[in-house]
Amino acid sequence: MAIIHVDGKEHTVDGADNLLKACLSLGLDIPYFCWHPALGSVGSCRQCAVKQYRDQNDTVGRIVMSCMAPASDGTWISIDDAEAKAFRESVIEWLMSNHPHDCPVCEEGGHCHLQDMTVMTGHASRSYRFTKRTHNNQELGPFIGHEMNRCIACYRCVRYYKDYAGGKDLGVYGSASRVYFGRAEDGVLESEFSGNLTEVCPTGVFTDKTHSERYNRKWDMQFAPSICQGCSVGCNISPGERYGELRRIENRYNGTVNHHFLCDRGRFGYGFVNNKDRPRQPMVKRDGAFVAIGAEEALLNAANLLKTAKGVVGIGSPRASLESNFALRQLVGSTKYFDGHSAAEGLLVKRVAEVLRTGPVPAATLRGIESADAALVLGEDVMNTAPRVALALRQVARGKATQMAAEKHIPDWQAIAIADIGMHHKHPIFVATPDATRIDEIALDPVRAAPADIARLGYAVAHLIDPASPAVADLDAASAERAKQIADTLLASTKAVIVSGTGASSESVINAAANVAWALHARGKTVELVLAVPEANSIGTALIEAPSIDEAFKAIESGAADTLVVLENDLYRRAPKARVDAVLAKAKLIVVDHQLTDTAARAELLLSAGSFAEADGTLVSNEGRAQRYFQVYEPAYYKPETVIRESWNWLHGVRAHQLGATPVWEQLDHVTAEVAAVIPMLARIGEAAPSAQFRITGLKIAREPHRYSGRTAMRANLSVHEPRQPQDADTALAFSMEGHNGVQAGDRPAALTPFAWAPGWNSPQSWNKYTDTVGGHSLGGDAGVRIIEPAANAPKVPVYANHVPAAFKASTAELQVVASQHIFGSEELSAKAAPVQSRIPAAHVALNAADAEALGFAEGALVDVQVDGQTIRLPLQRHADLARGLMAMPVLPGVPFVAAGVQARVAGVARA
Amino acid sequence: MTADLSETKPLTARIVAGRAPLNLKEYEAAGGYRAVRKALKELTPADVTKAVKDANLRGRGGAGFPTGVKWGLVPSLEKAPGSRYLVCNADEMEPGTFKDRLLMESDPHQLVEAMIVAGYAIQATRSYIFLRGEYVTAAKHLNAAIAEAQSAGYLGRDILGSGWSMDLHVHTGAGRYICGEETALINSLEGRRANPRAKPPFPAIAGLWGRPTVVNNVESLCNVPHIVNNGSAWFLGLNQGKSKDGGTKLYGCSGRAKRTGIWELPIGTSAREILEEHAGGMKDGLKLKAWLPGGASTDFLMPEHLDLAMDFDTIAKAGSRMGTGLLTVVDDRQNMVSVVRNLEDFFARESCGWCTPCRDGLPWTYKTLVAMEKGEGRPGDIEQLEKMTRFLAPGRPFCAHAPGAMEPLQSALKFFRGEFEATIKKIDQTTAAHAAA
Repeated sequence: MAIIHVDGKEHTVDGADNLLKACLSLGLDIPYFCWHPALGSVGSCRQCAVKQYRDQNDTVGRIVMSCMAPASDGTWISIDDAEAKAFRESVIEWLMSNHPHDCPVCEEGGHCHLQDMTVMTGHASRSYRFTKRTHNNQELGPFIGHEMNRCIACYRCVRYYKDYAGGKDLGVYGSASRVYFGRAEDGVLESEFSGNLTEVCPTGVFTDKTHSERYNRKWDMQFAPSICQGCSVGCNISPGERYGELRRIENRYNGTVNHHFLCDRGRFGYGFVNNKDRPRQPMVKRDGAFVAIGAEEALLNAANLLKTAKGVVGIGSPRASLESNFALRQLVGSTKYFDGHSAAEGLLVKRVAEVLRTGPVPAATLRGIESADAALVLGEDVMNTAPRVALALRQVARGKATQMAAEKHIPDWQAIAIADIGMHHKHPIFVATPDATRIDEIALDPVRAAPADIARLGYAVAHLIDPASPAVADLDAASAERAKQIADTLLASTKAVIVSGTGASSESVINAAANVAWALHARGKTVELVLAVPEANSIGTALIEAPSIDEAFKAIESGAADTLVVLENDLYRRAPKARVDAVLAKAKLIVVDHQLTDTAARAELLLSAGSFAEADGTLVSNEGRAQRYFQVYEPAYYKPETVIRESWNWLHGVRAHQLGATPVWEQLDHVTAEVAAVIPMLARIGEAAPSAQFRITGLKIAREPHRYSGRTAMRANLSVHEPRQPQDADTALAFSMEGHNGVQAGDRPAALTPFAWAPGWNSPQSWNKYTDTVGGHSLGGDAGVRIIEPAANAPKVPVYANHVPAAFKASTAELQVVASQHIFGSEELSAKAAPVQSRIPAAHVALNAADAEALGFAEGALVDVQVDGQTIRLPLQRHADLARGLMAMPVLPGVPFVAAGVQARVAGVARA
Repeated sequence: MTADLSETKPLTARIVAGRAPLNLKEYEAAGGYRAVRKALKELTPADVTKAVKDANLRGRGGAGFPTGVKWGLVPSLEKAPGSRYLVCNADEMEPGTFKDRLLMESDPHQLVEAMIVAGYAIQATRSYIFLRGEYVTAAKHLNAAIAEAQSAGYLGRDILGSGWSMDLHVHTGAGRYICGEETALINSLEGRRANPRAKPPFPAIAGLWGRPTVVNNVESLCNVPHIVNNGSAWFLGLNQGKSKDGGTKLYGCSGRAKRTGIWELPIGTSAREILEEHAGGMKDGLKLKAWLPGGASTDFLMPEHLDLAMDFDTIAKAGSRMGTGLLTVVDDRQNMVSVVRNLEDFFARESCGWCTPCRDGLPWTYKTLVAMEKGEGRPGDIEQLEKMTRFLAPGRPFCAHAPGAMEPLQSALKFFRGEFEATIKKIDQTTAAHAAA
């Protein structure tokens, strides 16, 4: 702590901060561009100038850049000093000398940091009368628009993209006033985190192309606090809607989870919400075709189907909310409810939950990963299964430079100095995966091996750390040496993270990772676990502890049941096509979903559910954090014929009709409360967000900014009479600009903050007004509640997993199938978004290059893969890095379901 | 004669106009590499540093920072084991400056010897000459000298059996003025953009590849063997009592003087002696109007300043900087607006583009001067230029580039304001009133 004096007032601040961050954290406004809480200080824009005095008697002072000056005890500064103000105004004027002033036609307008800072400095009239420099723009792919003339050369883009996110293909070119930020040539930006450029860029150079086509001002959008559905990490998002259409997803600050950044799947994968082919009314199959029916008719229809059924089973979904899953469980009965994972995946996900619940090592938060100084990744291709984790791991590697700088008394915000001291030095990260990964470049000699051998390596590391954990018999010398290196490194760390998950489709790999973490814990080390699971609510559904799809199928196959209710789940992604076809042929099918999946297309009755944009619900992330997402908009307001309801609402309605009673659950809170009461492990989910009764000064929280415009006109094509705004019984949010609207930032609990805005701060930088310190935690606490923590009574010596698998024996005659995951394409919903679709790799199958050579297959050759009784024809890719004896089957559109697992599959590969 | 020369003009004693530089044998015969032998066999690294400190050798690149003090900032081998670097700043791009070129083209072994001695003083493991790309002849001569020194055992492993090893490489720059700034030079040497770095850490602590690094100017280094050979007291005496600083200095003159060139003279020689005796005065019919003491980034001085001693402190007291010590003279037929426009064109072009005041303020300055030169100056332009000189002053931009660019502008505005005012277009009062309203 330090005491600083700002314009004569005394403040207590964190003396380790720079003056800019300290002042912003106090709520004082100093304009800035190049500084960013996640990127540190570089002193390039010169916008944050203040006057610093030697002491209180110094009346002259000198201009310093507040971002480059430490907030040391006894610092005297003035923000209001006339010369400092004039200088700051001048900086804006210089920046504006090349800025095109195209705000009216710029999609950044209204949430533009440059606009905000211009107003803040007071610069209002131009005296520059000469020509402006102009640039050519680049085509950067389907996600990011590029308009270089707007550039003010703050260097944030390259510092984020290259230094922070490790991208290689965005740079700064040219010099002097011609500096150019872009790629060496036109082309798709390679980074999986390119979307953050749109928020990092303080003006409209890098913009969200999915939004640009039909952009509107931030103040004209309706937002909701929401949770990304793209993977299990649970990043907080702020989706924006206009005219009944999602228009953009932006980051929603959560100081424990995603803080400032999202991945591109999460940001650009929302298009499935807007797709034309979505079921927007309940439909019944008549003569082989769907016919739209009314809600009441649909409910009656469903109730009748269930009443006449000989037996009913329900299949839930790891991509649906806990409330909807529970509603299905209640409808069909707890013994007839199945959790929606495939058989093999279900076991893995439940094991992950068990490891976190019963073991002594906690799950790492995303933010927690970043403070580790060593990491081991076992089997998981995190860049493709939980991308945001990969970005956090990169910060682990970068931490070394910060540490080296600290040894030279350089503070952690001096970004240039840290880079110059740290150079290429990184904290150690070990990666063992079946195939190459996009984080190999930050790893120490990555290991390529089959899942069984990855597990053996992990077991060996654990045994070296704590000999009480099981040893690995017959470990080869190279692996033993590698295990020693990893064990020694992890033991030398001050905090280690062990990363694994369901991606390798191997329980042994998960167990090995758990053993390493537990062994470190037993040795008294600080260690955290990151276990990625397949979907947004995989952990949540696992905690309901129901059997997986396989058992549901058996009930139909055996004739014990003849009616199947499927919740937000495409069975063709969970089991071989032939088996799903056979099951569906035997069963009457009711599907509740917001997408017309292959399964939904087979339904007799299709109930039109709300996606995350039209529904509320609770998810549990892989960290064990229960988080609530809230409905963004009411679609029927714009198109009255729309009949979309939350899945839980449909299912509870069916139950009421079946029982001939009135529904018991009238709002989400009733469902959440019952889930919490019935399922012990979900007892705390109610704490994920305040209830529908929550009010601030008697007001609901407005989903729309207070300047929202056009409301009286936007429905004029239907009627000139403006109806009452949709009422939201389920939440404390209002579909309106009326209500509490964030004028006093931080008043709203983080879980109920739909968007960030503060007076004078319209851009994403306004999140700084919602945190205890800039870049810290949300005022009042970060959103969500951790419902899984290590058991208080966990034994000091953990119960180690002890099924060390046998070494993998590679063979080209029998190849073992491993699933290969892709950030674009492997996740069901985002793969339906047009901009993501253009990034999805073509269907293929991959073999090790030497194996392919031995089998005589050239790159690109068509091959027949015989697996699971089916023959799949795909073009072949030869991968230099894929471990020998493996066949990598991508999870992609156009590639049918193939069970990946520990058992070797016969893969008779023949020439096409 | 030679003996006399090496006593009074050590840096240029072995240079004869029109003659090829001395090869290794000739250089050794002329007393070369004695300093290497003496340093490595008789002196500790600390002894060498102390000798240079005692000699009060001040950096000849223009800043005048004491060379020995710079070396003393490098942490000891015990505190920072591993690689450390010596870098010679030979990116001579200051307009009006061509002294290092002479030294490198005409006596390359002197610089090679100097770098070995300096490298020994800081126990460098590797050294680089960062050479201006256009200095093709210098590159050729230096590389030949390095090859000879290498084969003679003055460079490489275990030099002269001292147990100390060092390599020396010539790196030719790609042509940016900012590479003369030592941290930008280091970035460029690493293959990165030539942007200046944040300090601290200073290069002595974390420079090239994050390792302790010393960056010295060519002329500074070339003094080192002579100090080692002849001692600090001898070096201090070279000034012939004209300055507090020690040694000789390469002075020069460009512009419309009778004989432009370079002369090695006692440091503190007056500007008048340089211009009138050595350069032969202004060309016939021209009168001296103003002069830059040492490069484009120094303030203009006037004819009445000619009697000042050309050393760091005296010129600073007069409101300018000695800089590189090579005079640029402006004559009475030249318009100061045009002269400054020409200089600002250079500075605007050579900005690295890192910080706003420099990147955007210098082009604005330049464009304003272009307009003024064409007689299209407007009321407010001079005030705008004055604002630039205030807001591009040291501490406001990121490095010293833009403040350097402001030095000729601010002094021209001070001494020749009338010439700037004459460019302002007369606007008739009605229009002006309209514009004001």
